[in-house]
Amino acid sequence: MSSSSASPSAAESLEVTSTSAVTVHGPSSVPDAGYHMGVVPEVVHDSPAATPVKFYQVGSFAVGNRLLPVSERSVQSDPKRFNSLTSGHRACQGCGEALGARYALDAAMRAADGQLVAVNATGCLEVFSTPYPETSWRVAWLHSLFGNAPAVASGVAAAYKALGRDEIRVVAQGGDGGTVDIGFGCLSGMFERNDDVLYICYDNEAYMNTGVQRSGATPPAARTATTQAVGADPGNVFGQGKDLPRIAMAHEIPYVATATVADLHDLEAKVTRAMSMRGARYIHVMVPCPLGWGTASCDTIKIARLATQSGLWPVFEAEYGEVVASTPIRRQVPVEDYLKGQKRFAHLFNPVRRDEVIDRLQAQADRNIRRYGLLPEAVSPTLPPIAEEANT
Amino acid sequence: MHKPFAITLDVGSSLANQTGSWRTERPVYIDLLPPCNQACPAGENIQQWLFHAEEGSYEAAWRQIVQDNPFPAIMGRVCYHPCQNACNRAEVDEAVGINAVERFLGDEAIRQGWSFEAPTELTGKRVLVIGAGPSGLSAAYHLRRMGHNVLIRESGPLVGGMMRFGIPSYRLPRDILDAEVRRITDLGVQIEVNSTVTDLEAALAEGFDAIFTAVGAHIGKRAYIPAGESAKILDAVSYLRDVETEEDKPMLGRRVVVYGGGNTAIDAARTAKRLGAEEAIIVYRRTRDKMPAHDFEVEEALEEGILLKWLSTIKHVDDGKMLVEKMALDETGFPQPTGEFEELEADSLVLALGQEADLSFLEDVEGIEITDGVVTVDRSMMTGRKGVFAGGDMVPAERTVTVAVGHGKKAARHIDAYLRGTAYQPAAKHPVATFDKLTTWYYADAPHQQRAHLEGARRASTFDEVVSGLDERTAKFEARRCMSCGNCFACDNCFGVCPDNAVKKTGIGKGYEIDYDYCKGCGVCVQECPCGSIEMVPET
Repeated sequence: MSSSSASPSAAESLEVTSTSAVTVHGPSSVPDAGYHMGVVPEVVHDSPAATPVKFYQVGSFAVGNRLLPVSERSVQSDPKRFNSLTSGHRACQGCGEALGARYALDAAMRAADGQLVAVNATGCLEVFSTPYPETSWRVAWLHSLFGNAPAVASGVAAAYKALGRDEIRVVAQGGDGGTVDIGFGCLSGMFERNDDVLYICYDNEAYMNTGVQRSGATPPAARTATTQAVGADPGNVFGQGKDLPRIAMAHEIPYVATATVADLHDLEAKVTRAMSMRGARYIHVMVPCPLGWGTASCDTIKIARLATQSGLWPVFEAEYGEVVASTPIRRQVPVEDYLKGQKRFAHLFNPVRRDEVIDRLQAQADRNIRRYGLLPEAVSPTLPPIAEEANT
Repeated sequence: MHKPFAITLDVGSSLANQTGSWRTERPVYIDLLPPCNQACPAGENIQQWLFHAEEGSYEAAWRQIVQDNPFPAIMGRVCYHPCQNACNRAEVDEAVGINAVERFLGDEAIRQGWSFEAPTELTGKRVLVIGAGPSGLSAAYHLRRMGHNVLIRESGPLVGGMMRFGIPSYRLPRDILDAEVRRITDLGVQIEVNSTVTDLEAALAEGFDAIFTAVGAHIGKRAYIPAGESAKILDAVSYLRDVETEEDKPMLGRRVVVYGGGNTAIDAARTAKRLGAEEAIIVYRRTRDKMPAHDFEVEEALEEGILLKWLSTIKHVDDGKMLVEKMALDETGFPQPTGEFEELEADSLVLALGQEADLSFLEDVEGIEITDGVVTVDRSMMTGRKGVFAGGDMVPAERTVTVAVGHGKKAARHIDAYLRGTAYQPAAKHPVATFDKLTTWYYADAPHQQRAHLEGARRASTFDEVVSGLDERTAKFEARRCMSCGNCFACDNCFGVCPDNAVKKTGIGKGYEIDYDYCKGCGVCVQECPCGSIEMVPET
């Protein structure tokens, strides 16, 4: 695999680069290219959707930055952002999914200029946002069943196509249960037909809404209601589960990406890039669940960050089945640092430490680091140019 | 309204569901004391002026500095920057180069001709300041801004005190010193040079409402060293003063030995080298790590070819040579004689063994107490004589320019209160923003910008400034390395990371507000605040 490190040349990386502006990307300008048209696509490598702003040391990775021109700031820093998912929803304290959904849909709303329809699978996100008769959604929103969101979204897209309403864009969203397990057949069909839908999976690694049961996205060794920490091999088994981003890539659809709630700029840029394309697109977002993972409600973003920095959660992008960019690890940590903060992995440390399990998880992280090139040679930083005055 | 089958309620927004009722703890915005500000002997609000500099608002940054310290260009050259030693960024990569940015701002002010704001109203009170060194000038500046009439009497021929007669011009060019002093006289402070105060009571009788004495400590300490008749021995302070004031610079011969381990010893050796000595040797009785001189100054001296001789004391001086005894440190780190001697060829000996204050003019003043050669002052910098204050090297404290400037400011505030018949109460200090309160993930890795140095061999023969300044590009970069520890810098993180949209932006420069109707108290904003300016407090 021609994986690539997201390390542009020193000169480029030090430019003040927009992380949120809409950019029309290479392959998307040729909508007929790709596997689905029987054409081998030309994929541009080394072109990550998000390039960190390196010049403004203060807050380079924060949500906003007072030194940047308004047009280059993140969607979430805009005081007039859409708030597609508004206050009063019943998500738990510190819910990663509520955060991830607002990040993603606000970016999609900006990219679609407000002309957006969201189709939702059953799951936490649907339940906590729409208890009868209230709704937290400020976008056109549709819910049908647990397993059919991709099919419903395909239908919505087909309907607007028939009406000649190309400007109305369709997003489908669901949790890992509705995506990886229950809705998987519909999703694969949507990919196969290359229907014009962006599907976003908010992955909290189990069926949280119904009481933390194992899903196909639950990591090995994790304790859930159905994989209790008992017996010789406590927790979820090794060797099962699905890597849906790679399954999506195998469909050779135009765009597949992973992200987390720990890197807002990256997530927004990926949604924006996906929205600049047509056809079937898939974004898989890690959204920690304080209740199901046994983490403090304040640690939602921190734990997602540790997942990326340990290598257990690779953050990358792929076009037409090829990885085009990955986000390098900035401050590498052993997987133990990620696992220790979570009660679902507590049995790896108490009453006896299970080094053989921790080592197996570390080996997975190391494999991700190799596979996606997450630890490129450090680029020695050099002095950047003075940017345009940005006190607007 | 007709409703479909089985639908009985009207649709509504979840905004009707005020989730703030779930909360057991609430996030609250706080301000903490940044470690740089805490460490600054002059009490500068460093973080605030860096904030302005980050935005390129250099004049606002400069005006923030001069609230506390009238000498940014001088500070940017001679201050030993305790702020940088305290800087939290040192634990991420390297401390912010605060001193270099301050120098850039100070030089920019001189280039642009920025001047101080005149006092808004005059009080008519008269204050006499004795001594035009850093402490006296600082006090005079602050008192003038508070509206008082200030006269400085300086016994020397030029103003600046140790900034002129103690610090060589390769570290502080005289045009910089003159420019920053001129701004103070432009403000209306009067200075009389060659005007020695010998009788404090007589000065008080002239009608001054208060006196600030800051005569410094400029008498070199002597040690008894047996010497032959033609041995050439002098003290470092007089030597440096003569270099500054005399037409014919003092010549010390081919080989010069400086005795002592402080900054003055280094200054004397480097100056001797610049005035033509082929070899300048510093003799010190302990080891390098025990030297009171700052390490960077020792380093610069070594680069210039100054020789250092450790664990040695001078026993006898003769014409052209001296007898040196080797020392050894005992368990307590104190040097003990070994009985081993060697001879050192040298044409002259400069003693840099510390300085004392000349306090003879205070000896007969009732109430003033002098202990160990320094004047006792209370918390308001007042001596035992009512209305007479003191600061700088003549009171017990660390003897640096910045400490002296800080004394001047502090004394000015208390003198002002004294003149108004009140007492100055400093504001209560916030808790310190320690490193553990920060989430440094959000700051990009950014290398420290180094100031260029003249090459050792080239600079050792001239009095050109050794360290040059940053240009705008590097100064702004450096300012932007500040992490704003403990105080909001409007990064929008709390606004962005709230899963309940319960943080509101209240407008540029006004910060943020928590919407407690919807805040569930999860604490993500607190955990993810880069600078630690939000904390959770229990609901009552």
